Amino acid sequence: MDAVPILKLGSTLLVSIQIDLQDQTALQLQEDLAERITQTGARGVLIDISGLEIVDSFIGRMLSSIAGISRVLDATTVVVGMRPAVAITMVELGLSLDGVRTALDVEKGLRMLRPADTTSPEALLLGLDADRA
Amino acid sequence: MTAVEPDTAQRLPITTDGDVVRVRQAVRALAQGARLSLVDQTKLVTAASELARNTLIYGGGGEAVLSELADGRRTGVRVEFRDDGPGIPDLDQAMTDGWTSGSGLGLGLSGARRLVEQFAIDTAPGAGTRVTIASWSR
Repeated sequence: MDAVPILKLGSTLLVSIQIDLQDQTALQLQEDLAERITQTGARGVLIDISGLEIVDSFIGRMLSSIAGISRVLDATTVVVGMRPAVAITMVELGLSLDGVRTALDVEKGLRMLRPADTTSPEALLLGLDADRA
Repeated sequence: MTAVEPDTAQRLPITTDGDVVRVRQAVRALAQGARLSLVDQTKLVTAASELARNTLIYGGGGEAVLSELADGRRTGVRVEFRDDGPGIPDLDQAMTDGWTSGSGLGLGLSGARRLVEQFAIDTAPGAGTRVTIASWSR
């Protein structure tokens, strides 16, 4: 069972799911993220699902759980990169991803999590300091 | 459902989490081969994922039997999920959105039915469960 890597960028945790998730791997990711949020004091969690070919009820529930867990640990979750066919299927299946914020891509997601400090790594990555100059 | 070619049927065991992933991948490969649209492929694979998980969790394991379909004009994919588990005592209830006997969201059966063109279920208490789904190219 492969674990999903969690990267840290400033006060944001980045996760890009590039494998076909087994249920156990999804549960492990949920636990690992909760652990990393408390360890690092992260304020944002960005989850890129552009590599996912499907979001079924189990993965949908995992995304909602991660958003809920982050919220009570004082962090905001944004899910980005959902494929159009996945969005259509998920809605028809009846999944609403309650409480999950979404953005079209990583850049827009990072902007939603934009920290106030323009010298933060996230802001530098987005060129926000250049916007101001 | 029409014109099954038994020679091409693939039987895959469903006894672990990893098997659910393998069923998804095999269904995806057949759906691509049958020229289903990307959205229809995604719907069929998602339905298969829900049903394979049901087979594993509620049926105590079982198997998936995948077949290619052809009716002369269209091509399609059929997947049958079989288990020898406890069966479903109240099918109407089990087919209702949000109802679950376990810890799931209760979208498995009802959601899967909405995602495919053909859906059939055969179950009785103590007699296991067979769910058959199929989708076709347009």
